[in-house]
Parts: sequence; C-alpha cells; structure tokens
Amino acid sequence: MAKKVPEAPAASLADIAFMLLIFFLVTTTMDVDSGLERRLPQWVNPEDIDDTPPIKERNIFVVLVDRNNRLMVESELSRVDELREKTKEFLTNPMNLPNLPEKIVKDIPYFGPTEVLTASAVISLRNDVGTTYGTYIEVQNELIAAINELRETLAQEKFGKPFAKLNSDQQDAIKEIYPQKISEAEPKKIGGI
Amino acid sequence: MSKFRKDDNKETPAISTSSLPDIVFMLLFFFMVTTTMRETTLKVKIKLPAATEISKLEKKSLVSYIYVGPPTQPYQAVYGNEPRIQLNDKFSKLTDIADFVEAERQAREEQEQKMIVTSLKVDEFTKMGIVTDIKQELRKAAALHINYSSRKSSQTR
Repeated sequence: MAKKVPEAPAASLADIAFMLLIFFLVTTTMDVDSGLERRLPQWVNPEDIDDTPPIKERNIFVVLVDRNNRLMVESELSRVDELREKTKEFLTNPMNLPNLPEKIVKDIPYFGPTEVLTASAVISLRNDVGTTYGTYIEVQNELIAAINELRETLAQEKFGKPFAKLNSDQQDAIKEIYPQKISEAEPKKIGGI
Repeated sequence: MSKFRKDDNKETPAISTSSLPDIVFMLLFFFMVTTTMRETTLKVKIKLPAATEISKLEKKSLVSYIYVGPPTQPYQAVYGNEPRIQLNDKFSKLTDIADFVEAERQAREEQEQKMIVTSLKVDEFTKMGIVTDIKQELRKAAALHINYSSRKSSQTR
C-alpha cells in the first residue's frame, strides 16, 4: 500500500518571504535625483574668441565670487541674501534708471507691446579657481530664484495662476519677458586676498 | 429553543494566517519592481550643497553621473585628500571625461542621445577649479545639458 507523501509545511513560507521583503526594503532607493538645471554654451576654440563684443556696461550685471567666497555685485561687496533683490532690480529696471539696462518695446503674445530688456542684457557670473562649490551653487540658486520669482509674479498678475500651471505658450511668453540669461565667463583668475 | 442562541462557552477562533504569505509576496513584488539598485559604489565622499530652485531629473535612464569629492577612508592612502573625479567605478582623470561621455552616448538609443543629462554630484567643499575644468571638458564633448545635483533646502527666504 502506497504511503501518502506528507505535505511540506507552509508555515515558514511567510518568514522566507518576509526576509526577502526586508532585503528589498533596505536596498531600495526611492529618492529622485534633483538639482539646478543649466545649459552650457557651445564649445568655442579659445583662439577663435575675438575681443569681447561691445556690450554696454549698463547692460551687464556682474557677479564675482573670489577665492575667499566673497561676493562682489556690480563692483561693490555684498552679501548673498542681498543678491536676489539686486538681480530683480536689474531685470526689471522699474524706474528706468540710466545705470540699469536699456529697454525696448517688443510685441509679445498675450501681452501685446511690452517693455523688455534689450537682448544684450545679461547676468555675468564669474568665479575664481579657489571658490568653494557650495558658494557657487548658492549664488546660482539666488540668481535663478530671482528670475523664477519675477516669472511667478507676472504669471499671477496676468493669468491668475502659478507659472507651472500655465500652458506652454503662456510660459514661453513669460520666458520671453524674463529670459534666463546667465553667462559664465571663460575661466580666468580673479584672485582675492 | 431558539435557533440563534449564542454558544456562550465557545472560544473565539484564531485568525487564519494562511493568507499572510500572499500579502507579503504582494509587497515583495512591489519592492522588487520599484527597486533600482545602486550600480556604482561611491569611492568619494559627497555632501551635496543645498538649493531651493531645484528641478527633478525625469528619466533616470537618460542621466549619466560624474562624482567629485575627497576619496573615502580606504582610498585616502593611495589617492590623498584632494577632491577626485569618479566616473563609473573608478577614479579618473580629466581627460577621461570625453571618453566617458562618448561611452554613455553609445549605450543609449540613437534618438535618446540628444536628451542625455549629465548630473554633477560634487561635494560642497570642492574648489571650483576642478568643476570648471569638468565643465570645459563637457563643453568640448558637446554634453551641454547638465544638472548640479543638490539637496532641497527647507529654508525659504
């Protein structure tokens, strides 16, 4: 008479599964990578660079960071937390001051003829070889924050919606008014004592 | 006697645990599917800088990473304390970046090659000299879309 084969006990199945589960729980990385997104300019051969194209002094917003991580904005020493306001002032030039950038009237969808900065207006960021990366990111962050805040305010004023909720045409219109133009000079030594 | 009379002296039966493995397996499969194993072992110590205006990297498969930072303890005897570049699993020189970018391109589909983002994971206290050099190399290799990896800082001004 054939003896019945006893069934394998399934009680430990849960324990085995738990062990596997805990392994995957521990090794899982759920965090999404995030950071400041930038686009580098095209590579140009250093020999091909002719002398700096004539941009008027008033149209450049010069930000220098020296090797002691000190900040110089438009030829005066300044703190990082002042940078955002100064950038916004440069980008809007609310009083049409002669030392801030020129404006031209441009026809922009949704807005009609609007006063915007000339195309040559640019934020110029320069750092020394000895600048700390953390400071550099802090400064970049402030510059991008200033532009984002201006875009956000304009989006609220014009469309009554946050910038991220606008459709791409509306976003492009706002981006045309406040472009993200941050130029990083070809590396060179600035120094600092 | 009533048919529905309660059997007072009967004990509450133990909850059946026979479905427990099924539930656990379900969880297990979820984590197995969502898991992304860390494919490189970090040989450099990196503390990312904090920033507020950050955007997320959408497609992980399109991101290639460059790590910069001081070598971790076991490697300090050989490589010293100065920040070094790590590409994939090994310490590299600046001149290796061009090859690395090319290899990353070859590993992707042709239509995706233009969308590759280079994520720079750089330690907070690194000097900019090395970062600028890397940026110049990336420009030469035409990998222009970059992302300065940073932590989300809670502080808002």
